[in-house]
Amino acid sequence: MLDIATAYNKYAFLGNEFLTWLWFMIETDQDISQALKTKDPVSLEIGNSLILENTLGDNAREKITIKGDQAGLEEGTTALKKGAKVTEMNLICNLGPEEAYQFTVKGESFNITGMKTPAAAGDGSEDEIEGRIIEKALLVFRITQVIDTLFFTFLAQRIDDDWKNKGLDQMRTWIYND
Amino acid sequence: MGFLSATQSMSRYHIMDSFDTEPMEQVRDGLIRHAIPTLENEYEEISAGWTPFESPYLPDFEKFSFVFGTYFLFSLRIDKKSIPAKLVHKQMAVEIEKKKQSSGRDFVSKNEKSEIKETVMDVLMHKMPAIPNVYDVLWDYDAKNLFLFTTQKAANEFFETIFFKSFNLKPVRLFPYTLVETRSAFSSANKDRILTLTPFHFSR
Repeated sequence: MLDIATAYNKYAFLGNEFLTWLWFMIETDQDISQALKTKDPVSLEIGNSLILENTLGDNAREKITIKGDQAGLEEGTTALKKGAKVTEMNLICNLGPEEAYQFTVKGESFNITGMKTPAAAGDGSEDEIEGRIIEKALLVFRITQVIDTLFFTFLAQRIDDDWKNKGLDQMRTWIYND
Repeated sequence: MGFLSATQSMSRYHIMDSFDTEPMEQVRDGLIRHAIPTLENEYEEISAGWTPFESPYLPDFEKFSFVFGTYFLFSLRIDKKSIPAKLVHKQMAVEIEKKKQSSGRDFVSKNEKSEIKETVMDVLMHKMPAIPNVYDVLWDYDAKNLFLFTTQKAANEFFETIFFKSFNLKPVRLFPYTLVETRSAFSSANKDRILTLTPFHFSR
């Protein structure tokens, strides 16, 4: 393995490209269940924030933050045209009809913040604490597995010989709306 | 934001290697050996150690469990003394004035000021109570998967150091590169292809 600090910076772009690809998947109504290779219905939506960054000359960076429920994302696609990538996004993920998660994921670190999982059953009494812990643990592991699987699906497409003609071209068509 | 609260923030780790024998006993030993001391060291600025999830302020691993189903769940507590700068300035002013009066001079030398500052810091550090911060740790030992419920850099660094000292297992922080290296099913050839990728551009 490479030195961790070096690898963190060198491959941070893969996380940002992954989030940009996720946004593309959501906006163009791609089948997330198929990307996850599962028969269970899985859906993703953009939540209440989206942050993009564009590296300009001399290490300067332009940052575009879009916040708010039902916020318009047009500035985001304009930023993509100028070369920006998504660096952080809030997602709503529905696993089946009853499991709804909301969280913010950062591209370079895969850190997750503000994670809301489905409510664990029980009234919170001491007797139930072990059951609540196990249930919560299962939920947390499940959603991170979804994120990882989507990331690996993106990478499999990214290294495919057809990436430029299929994946990248489709994303360009979405961005330029043609 | 703790493990059972309504919202959580977390960073993720892959645990390299595994114990040769009896993981549960080895984890128990590590937690007890590196539990946060019950009695606060009055002169130490920072103190960190493990504590049971259900008892963050009384680190008793005999009384409280760290095993929940197939998971290990415990907490990292970091107690830190922090002296407000304004308090240091105030005490310095008082002590400098005392020094002037006792010496009969109307000034205090640079060396004397340094000595006064050292004494003031010692006294305040001794008096100041440490503020505890508790971060939960969820560990799926068999899957080599671990969550630390914080994204604060300083807490992550403390965690990585104390985890290795306690269990002699290396926690590898998960981010794009380490995810590919440790948790993906890509062949070596495909991993190599991923590692030679360069950023793509949308411009035409």
